[in-house]
Amino acid sequence: MEKEAGPGAAAMRLDDPWYEVPATAWGGTDGTGAVVPDGRSRPGEQRGHSAAEIYLEVQSSPAFREVRRRYRRFVVPAAIAFLLWYLAYVIAATTAHDLMARPVVGAVNVAMVAGLGQFLTTFLLTWAYARHARLHRDRAALDLRWETQEMTRGAGR
Amino acid sequence: MRGDHQTLALLLFSVFIAVTLGITTWVGRNRQGSAEEFYAGGRLFSPMENGFAIAGDYMSAASFLGISGLIALFGYDGMLYSVGFLVAWLVVLLLVAELVRNCGRFTLADVVAARMAEHPVRTAVGTSSVTVSVLYLVAQMVGAGSLVALLLGGTSDTARSWTVVGVGALMVIYVSLGGMRATTWIQIVKAVLLMSGAVALTVLVLVRFHGDVNALLTSAAERSGHGRDFLSPGLRYGGSWTARFDFISLGLALVLGTAGLPHILSRFYTVPTARAARRSVVWSIGLIGSFYLMTIVLGFGAAALVGSADVRASNASGNTAVPLLALVLGGGEGSTGGAVLFAVVAAIAFATILAVVAGITLASSASVAHDLYASFRRPGAKQRSEVGVARVAAAGIGVVAIALGLLAQNLNVAFLVGLAFAVAASANLPVLLYSLFWRNFTTRGAVWSVYGGLIPAVLLVLLSPVVSGSPTSLFPGVDLALFPLENPGLVSIPAGFLAGWIGTVTSPEPPDPAKHAETEVRSLTGAGAA
Repeated sequence: MEKEAGPGAAAMRLDDPWYEVPATAWGGTDGTGAVVPDGRSRPGEQRGHSAAEIYLEVQSSPAFREVRRRYRRFVVPAAIAFLLWYLAYVIAATTAHDLMARPVVGAVNVAMVAGLGQFLTTFLLTWAYARHARLHRDRAALDLRWETQEMTRGAGR
Repeated sequence: MRGDHQTLALLLFSVFIAVTLGITTWVGRNRQGSAEEFYAGGRLFSPMENGFAIAGDYMSAASFLGISGLIALFGYDGMLYSVGFLVAWLVVLLLVAELVRNCGRFTLADVVAARMAEHPVRTAVGTSSVTVSVLYLVAQMVGAGSLVALLLGGTSDTARSWTVVGVGALMVIYVSLGGMRATTWIQIVKAVLLMSGAVALTVLVLVRFHGDVNALLTSAAERSGHGRDFLSPGLRYGGSWTARFDFISLGLALVLGTAGLPHILSRFYTVPTARAARRSVVWSIGLIGSFYLMTIVLGFGAAALVGSADVRASNASGNTAVPLLALVLGGGEGSTGGAVLFAVVAAIAFATILAVVAGITLASSASVAHDLYASFRRPGAKQRSEVGVARVAAAGIGVVAIALGLLAQNLNVAFLVGLAFAVAASANLPVLLYSLFWRNFTTRGAVWSVYGGLIPAVLLVLLSPVVSGSPTSLFPGVDLALFPLENPGLVSIPAGFLAGWIGTVTSPEPPDPAKHAETEVRSLTGAGAA
């Protein structure tokens, strides 16, 4: 998914993208302001498109679909899993008293373990999500951001 | 003795007020009055700063005092709140934070209005945001009044009323003079104070039991008067099926409401990028999670060291458990250590309330000026600067909150907070998720989903045992309680989602694929983000 810009440049952009905003500088490595041809499908090649057309083209470009696919493939199962786990916990706490009161170690019972388990899974999922986004999504999304901004810059809205 | 710690507590209150007013003037010294600065603090906070500020906005006195108090009284059932309040952040992290940062400018309505007909959508989302904020604000004001009255011994109504008025006046000053930048710094100071206070007390509790958690739990169970039952669920919510459904309803509202709270959403605009928004949520989850873990220790510690009976004798809903625990940990009634710790805890709780109300006031003044005023302004009317309107709106909201806070003084704080979460989950979350993720969502769907969640939530509360029909309700004399549950979430949250779906499928206008493409591309890449 890493695009044409060198790793050093990409890392710098990731660190501090806010100050880079003058989008002219990011037209591509050839400095002409055109999107660099890289042999892949490039959204919005021709100028003179409206912003709406550009967004539609970016949306259907393989690069964007890949970013979206990576986001959804992580978020959808994770969200369903933690919501179900939380609902199961709440319903068990209100209805399955005997199960929850069963002792595990000393004064600690199943209910305590389940409650602390909710804390633990929350921390773990937070870590996993942040890591996944950093490794698999951030750079590709940022490249798309500059490309799209470059394309919409001249477009009449 | 009583006089000593009151003087000390008052002194610490004054120091905190002086420091925060100092921050406000320092921040406001060279302001330009741009909307970017007033609503979003210039968008230049670092993820760590914003993470602390989010934690500061979220950890209200209701959780510091309320949850520990509930644990001290009901044991495990109080812990269920901590879990709900924390797990809610996964919804924010996974589904909301980055996308909202990328799509919006200042408010929740920005995100929805980008895809839809601007006028009706802004009106609807602005209305529900203001409703949520005002409910939450009233809860905090009521909490402030009863807390200060309790801690300072003056349980008289005059002391309470003046506290409510004073807190209201201070929050208006912070917000109108300092905007988001001052509010954020106040949140950071408060989060640091609250975390240090909680860490200190937790360490003292654990030292008392030589680090043996098992001994802590066992003696908590013994002194609670409930024995083993204290450590398992059911003491508070285990009775009738109504109570059980009530709890499930509350649990749903807690976990889904956070992502719809306007003052939390507006915090994501104070950082430069979506990546920074994500990192600030990671910071805040770390802070909030460890804080709630500590409230559990403090709650069981209060049960073990103070005893549930004494906690209940001091305040029926347990709100004074932590201050009482501090008194015992410092060496007991009459000792200098006890007086100092008690005063410090009281001052931290007060700082917490002041910071939280400032954050909510700012978010609701943004909704009024940026969403409602912009929609209702007559075309020919004189152009005013939006920030000027927001400053006036902050004062107006302050007056409304003071008035409602004075009226609602006898309502239970935890109930009001639960209600604010239920309205946020029913009215704000469906419209937000649909606009971010549903291709065919239309303007009618957006408007219906807001009102379809907001109206049932408010109506069901009016028809619930909270308002009438039971000895503890607001109007015990009348009986209009057609709805058995105290928290409307179980019905009103699905209603909001359903209304949005029906509104969309019956919509005469076709969905606009280009607008959806724009929202989707912008939300996931950050193209064109403010």
